[in-house]
Amino acid sequence: MDDLTEMYNELIMEHSMNSYNKKQLDDANFEEKGHNPNCGDEITLQIKVNGNIIEDMAFSGNGCAISQASTSIMIDTLKGKTIEEAKEIIQTFINMIKRETTDENELKKLEDAIAFKNVSNMPARVKCALLAWHTLEDLLQQVK
Amino acid sequence: MDNYKKDFPILENRNIAYLDNGATTQKPIQVIDALTEFYKNYNANPHRGAYGLSIEATEKYEDTRTKIAKFINARHREEIIFSKNATESLNLIAYSYGPNNLSENDEVVLSIMEHHSNLVPWQKITKQTKSTLKYMYINNNYEISDEEIETKITDKTKIVGITHVSNVLGTINNLKKIIKYAHKKGAIVIVDASQSIPHMRIDVQDMDADFLVFSGHKMLAPLGIGVLYGKKQLLNDMTPFLMGGDMIEYVYEQDTTFAPLPNKFEAGTQNVEGVIGLGSAIDYIESIGYEEIQKIEKELTEYAIDKLSKLEFLTLYLTKNKLNHSSVISFNIKGVHPHDVATILDSQGVCVRSGNHCAQPLMRFLGIDSTCRASLYFYNTKEDIDKLVNGLQTAYNMFKKYIK
Repeated sequence: MDDLTEMYNELIMEHSMNSYNKKQLDDANFEEKGHNPNCGDEITLQIKVNGNIIEDMAFSGNGCAISQASTSIMIDTLKGKTIEEAKEIIQTFINMIKRETTDENELKKLEDAIAFKNVSNMPARVKCALLAWHTLEDLLQQVK
Repeated sequence: MDNYKKDFPILENRNIAYLDNGATTQKPIQVIDALTEFYKNYNANPHRGAYGLSIEATEKYEDTRTKIAKFINARHREEIIFSKNATESLNLIAYSYGPNNLSENDEVVLSIMEHHSNLVPWQKITKQTKSTLKYMYINNNYEISDEEIETKITDKTKIVGITHVSNVLGTINNLKKIIKYAHKKGAIVIVDASQSIPHMRIDVQDMDADFLVFSGHKMLAPLGIGVLYGKKQLLNDMTPFLMGGDMIEYVYEQDTTFAPLPNKFEAGTQNVEGVIGLGSAIDYIESIGYEEIQKIEKELTEYAIDKLSKLEFLTLYLTKNKLNHSSVISFNIKGVHPHDVATILDSQGVCVRSGNHCAQPLMRFLGIDSTCRASLYFYNTKEDIDKLVNGLQTAYNMFKKYIK
């Protein structure tokens, strides 16, 4: 139960149920869909890139609290970052979930997204937490 | 009520309310012992050896075929074909029967509640043969109406695929009506009995199914063993699905003649331990009796529906007609995703399925992404249901202040 109450904390609940990042970006220049076929989690990420900077990002879709909150918090963390910084932070998040990074200093880069650390103890939910991050990873491949 | 849990070591060893029997059932000690007994005393490759041990293994394998034929009241034992699971049985029918019996202007009719395994193969075969794939939809009571059956099945229909019991809704379909009407229109009917045979007596002659499939693991048998029943004439006319050892008669450099039924459809060394386990599972079911199984399940299902209906934050997806409902109950906490509910239930020792249940077209038709599903079996108890109800209350309490 401890893992569980830590997982479904205030921050994650707010982001999953009532996210201000869940909206349509009218001036987005890149878009990518992500899907977990077994669970039905589905998101569409939109970003506005200006030069090298992720100026704005939003999402739509539906899925479990973990997948939706992870998407919304990822947006908070990465908005305003350069593409290179974003790629690095995505890697750090994936490493945290897969328990390949435990270095506190490294994890600080994740800002609020560090809240998902306990997902590494919940194998059934790893895919939910990673969906947005993998989707953005794919999306950033398109950005030259 | 007898406590059948004592026969299931995993239910004694793990403190869980196992309510995912629609996915797979747990195995009684009798089945587990039968596998050990086979490997300790009888293991050899059936049909291959001239020595005593291989002949004994062959007898055990073939005796189980006879047992299954009796169990579902098939006219001939060679109408029973062993496969990996219901999915493989359905693919065998699609690939071996479909292309030779479908052409342009022909139609294949399925129900919207089919599992992907009785749906995706038909998408491929209808595209390949330029025939048309149509669906019988459900009404507000989660049932297929007689009118829908008579509208969708027409003179153009050649094949009807229908699940006996929906793995999502628990609806028991009116097979007799569908089969009788399809036969009148000249179509053959494939019945997916995966969700029914664990719970109710199947009589293929009485229902007059042309093909019927099921998986062993959903009825107490090991994973990886399935059955295809087909009327002898249909099976005889079909081309083999998989080619290889033990399914041939004469093999020349360029050509081959095939073995008669049932070997024609059993290429390569088979899952003999699975067959032995399935035989033992049937013995176990017969020792309890379907009447007793249904009595227990009816009482449990009514208890569960009664308790769940009282949780006003819950939506239930089931027919009001108790007689047409099996022991599968799909539900959602309004505004909360089923995966979150399943995670919280898991933390309380309650195992339920969450997701689309391999029935995406049905989910889309219902206008939802997914559900939680509790599926009961005779070894479940009212305590298991109480744990579920308490777990749902906990989940709701965690989420309620955030639900929009």
